[in-house]
Amino acid sequence: MSSPAIHTAPLVRIAKRDGIALWKSCLIRLAAVFLALVLSGLFIYSLTKLNPVDVYKAMYAGAFGTSRRTWITVREVMTLLCIAIGLAPAFKMRFWNIGAEGQVLIGGIVTAGMMIHLGNTMPTPLLLLVMGVASLAAGAVWGLIPALFKARWNTNETLFTLMLNYVAIQLTSYCVSLWENPYGSNVVGQINQQTRSGWFPELFGISCGLNVLLVLVLTVGMYIYLRYSKQGYEIAVLGESVNTARYAGIKPSKVIIRTMILSGAICGLAGFIAVAGADHTISVDTAGGRGFTAIIVAWIAKFNTFVMLLISLLLVFLQQGAIEIATQFGLNDFAANVITGIILFCIIGSEFFINYRLIPRSGKEAKGA
Amino acid sequence: MTIFSSQLFMSAIIFGTVILYGALGEILAEKSGNLNLGVPGIMYLGAIAGLAGAFFYEMSTPDPNGFLCLVISLVCAFGASCLGGLLYSFLTITLRVNQNVTGLTLTIFGGGIANFFGGALNTLAGGVGQISVASTSAVYRASLPFANDLGSFGKVIFGHGFLVYVALVLAVCMAWFLNRTRTGLNLRAVGENPATADAAGINVTRYKYVATCLGAGISGLGGLYYTMDYVKGTWASDGTIESLGWLAVALVIFATWKPINVIWGAYLFGYLRWLYNYIEGLGRSSQEIFKMIPYIVTIVVLILVSIRKKRENQPPASLGLSYFREER
Repeated sequence: MSSPAIHTAPLVRIAKRDGIALWKSCLIRLAAVFLALVLSGLFIYSLTKLNPVDVYKAMYAGAFGTSRRTWITVREVMTLLCIAIGLAPAFKMRFWNIGAEGQVLIGGIVTAGMMIHLGNTMPTPLLLLVMGVASLAAGAVWGLIPALFKARWNTNETLFTLMLNYVAIQLTSYCVSLWENPYGSNVVGQINQQTRSGWFPELFGISCGLNVLLVLVLTVGMYIYLRYSKQGYEIAVLGESVNTARYAGIKPSKVIIRTMILSGAICGLAGFIAVAGADHTISVDTAGGRGFTAIIVAWIAKFNTFVMLLISLLLVFLQQGAIEIATQFGLNDFAANVITGIILFCIIGSEFFINYRLIPRSGKEAKGA
Repeated sequence: MTIFSSQLFMSAIIFGTVILYGALGEILAEKSGNLNLGVPGIMYLGAIAGLAGAFFYEMSTPDPNGFLCLVISLVCAFGASCLGGLLYSFLTITLRVNQNVTGLTLTIFGGGIANFFGGALNTLAGGVGQISVASTSAVYRASLPFANDLGSFGKVIFGHGFLVYVALVLAVCMAWFLNRTRTGLNLRAVGENPATADAAGINVTRYKYVATCLGAGISGLGGLYYTMDYVKGTWASDGTIESLGWLAVALVIFATWKPINVIWGAYLFGYLRWLYNYIEGLGRSSQEIFKMIPYIVTIVVLILVSIRKKRENQPPASLGLSYFREER
């Protein structure tokens, strides 16, 4: 008791990095992706006894093996990317919009409702335009609700948007039971299967050409908006510090509301793309958890829309590949979620090594305790 | 078939117990400042681990011993969910990854694991929906022998498996722990202001780790109760646990982070959940609207709490933020 406790420095010290060279951060991320691929390979190996190289060959065949599969992969990438683009401004502002799932569904419901009720009454290009605008508006409203309360009373937006997801899911169930076809099946089925009214037309001879075009325009647009526009700058400042923003004369409530209208609208548009451009039906699985995956995509890409494209591609590739392997070996599709989880854990874990550095205890420091 | 039928109260309590466990675990984690959005994933992990443990034990012996069934499934469920919590803690506390992102990933991962192996177990057992751990489920569903003689009212109160009562005891214990013990006070200090707690000599990292892992274990019991009692020892990959998990997160807000409120909140949610079955003249579509009620009620509570700004009803002040001592 008499001698004072001797504090030795911990084995490893953690310090925040001031900055990191681009090549280093890329290297760390590559290492994380590689680790994830090894772990997923092991997971699949333990189930199928395929050697890892064959695993990825089979996965590649699943994602890009035929031109049809390639286009499905591209289509899925575009939908996921669109949601992530919608989330980027909100998250950059540190507004936790967990509600993309709901915003996508609301956009999807509006689109499906119009396809059913307005289909065959007007030419498809006009109908597409009307549906697109309506889904933007619906998503915007769904994003605006929590933003208003956040701006006025600082209501916790994470939990608010989370709850709105389930309101949207129940609304979808309600609409599905209204529109079910055939009666009693509790599924909507392919809408306008004969006339294809309101379906995305082929563009440049590609079935999902319009999906690609829309989302790529958004990708470039959002990149410019966040990086070079005044509003994008305001979002960045607000995300760093509310007080700084106030000091700089930025009105937080105004920026929050404006940004969430934008965020919700783009997520609503993703619902439009998913319904009119991919599924041609509506169900509670139209968003299919992508609203949550997209959050992680936007986050680990640090809101850079082009990096989001790469990450979406990687995730969808793994998912499509895992589904292929699951079919070949009589496993179930949820293998894809396991692999998605593994890779996301690895990537988000690697952020630590980008933001912080580990300083091992040096001999001198240890003695000088 | 009235809205006061004892059958409805029975289902409300059974439903409520699942989210009661989920919410109690989440309260413990949130009190340490960790907003664990991985609750659905953790409940999934608990559910599948308990089921798998019981399944393999029942497969291995021709005459399963009820007590062993119980212990094995409990340990498996609690252990697996703690591991889920540990993964979350490691990422958010040690590696300081954003909590929401980690939680959502855990939900995706836990759901994937559970549904994947649930499907595989079904295949092992002979096909879709074939798995059944009858002996274990019977132990969980065993009620007091005299419960059936007590009339409908007695049955509502005494006619449940033991986990229903464990949940109640746990809620009361947790309220006592958080409000009446030194450790509970320390834990709340960590959640409110980790820097101050750190300065006061509280080991912030240890508190956060232990609270989050134990909380995850408790949430996982909700998943176990779901498989063993709610669906009677079977498995269906239909995403019900995920929606229950989110409801548990909602319940924490609804109860304004107080374990005692969680009890009646859970049963109220359960009541509202099944009420549509007991109201005359509801079509299938209006039932779907009806199922929205728990979520809408939660939103209303969330808004009211933020408007009234009563200090005792606020979430822990550092909820959702990682703590790094050297950051000012």
